[in-house]
Amino acid sequence: MTRDPAAAGGESAHTDTVHVLRSDDLARAITRISHEIIERNRGLDGVVLIGLQRGGVWLAERLAASLARIEGVAPPCGELDVSLHRDDIGLRPVTPVSLTRIPVDLSGARVVLVDDVLYTGRTVRAALDALNQYGRPAQVQLAVLVDRGHRELPIRPDYVGKNLPTSTDEDVVATGDGVVLRRGGGR
Amino acid sequence: MKHLRSIGELGVDGIVHVLRIARHMDSVNARPVPKVPALVGRTVVSLFFEDSTRTRISFETAARRLSADAVNFSVSTSSLNKGESLRDTIETVSAMGVSAFVVRHRTSGVPWQLSEWTDASIVNAGDGWHQHPTQALLDCYTILDRRGLEASPTCLAGLRIAIVGDSRHSRVARSCAEAFTGLGAEVVLVGPRTLLPPDASAWSVGVSESLDDVLPEVDVVYMLRMQRERMNEALVPHLGEYSSRFGLDERRWARTRPDTLLMHPGPMNRGVEMLMDPSTTSRSAILYQVRNGISVRMAVLFDLLGAPGEAVPS
Repeated sequence: MTRDPAAAGGESAHTDTVHVLRSDDLARAITRISHEIIERNRGLDGVVLIGLQRGGVWLAERLAASLARIEGVAPPCGELDVSLHRDDIGLRPVTPVSLTRIPVDLSGARVVLVDDVLYTGRTVRAALDALNQYGRPAQVQLAVLVDRGHRELPIRPDYVGKNLPTSTDEDVVATGDGVVLRRGGGR
Repeated sequence: MKHLRSIGELGVDGIVHVLRIARHMDSVNARPVPKVPALVGRTVVSLFFEDSTRTRISFETAARRLSADAVNFSVSTSSLNKGESLRDTIETVSAMGVSAFVVRHRTSGVPWQLSEWTDASIVNAGDGWHQHPTQALLDCYTILDRRGLEASPTCLAGLRIAIVGDSRHSRVARSCAEAFTGLGAEVVLVGPRTLLPPDASAWSVGVSESLDDVLPEVDVVYMLRMQRERMNEALVPHLGEYSSRFGLDERRWARTRPDTLLMHPGPMNRGVEMLMDPSTTSRSAILYQVRNGISVRMAVLFDLLGAPGEAVPS
């Protein structure tokens, strides 16, 4: 982990920005998670990747491409918007605009939910609720790029790119170029 | 947003916001199970003092798909018939814990009056000749949907829309003209002079007394329901004469552009304003209007009742 205030695209010097994963670290983490998915599921038979809107969508696509490189065939890859299943409607503004696209019937499938950052676990709970409407998966697994702690629900990931202890006033930003931690963001 | 009583109250940005959420709701309605828990625990009461089937059912379906409890207040069997005042009725029903009233009344302004008497959100489902905002929103949505356009503050720019019929006495025409022009469309009201609004210039629309002149130049032909009671007021000498000048038949429809859309808010008067069978043209958007009505009303209810601080009735 390097401390480099200037590197995050012109951040001003007083914003404390820590690079957690650079793009080559990110690529290695995605490759490792891909191997773990194949190992645990003994191949990709019945495996469906579902990226959570919005941060999980790009990651699910990267994982699908990585799995295709290793196994020679890409698993079906969809996206799920959970905003209308959230438990904080009426507590904070929720604007549902992202679309859900589930390419296959999930009954009997081994679904890997994919998200960029795992925090309170409430998005994942909403996703488990939303998934029910698309069939009854044989198994649901969870892959995240960063587990930053502070869970409020009994949810744990099956595949983790990086465990990152954070405080609640920090902000974790994950993109295809890497992961940075910012002070003074958060909630 | 606390209430939806008029298009003007919503504003252009509000229209765009609702249309964007409606697109999401459309995707919910396309799911194997078209129901989400978003508004669980909220109660939506429909209060219709005028007859309506499609609007009331559309709102109730929208509320249920968001898991709100939909309650129909049946005016004809209520204590209003025993002489209870409207105010007492609203205050009594509100005390049972209501998140929103969906109201239709023959008198303009009733939704504003009701919002003085209750903390619940008010959705105007038609007040007199004045406003019917969810109809205008679903019509905007349907045009975007049929044309493959995205919602934006100028998304209807470049489109010409003819609203044909009794726009003077029509809350649908008022709301639609305001919404269409707000999003950049050019609107022309078509009808006999007795049925055109005397203040049309204040609507920022054009007017025409010749359907035949207008038809080849427009992207949307929006037919209004011709209300038979206008005959009693001597505003139209004869329904047959009205039909021959302003009714849409196959011959007139054939003179429209190949991509012109046909719309009607329903219920249709076949043989009066609608002389052709709209199901014979692939460019009829009429059933899409009905279908999109559910998505748009889901968006409105979610925007009103899903916002922080608006959720729990006192």
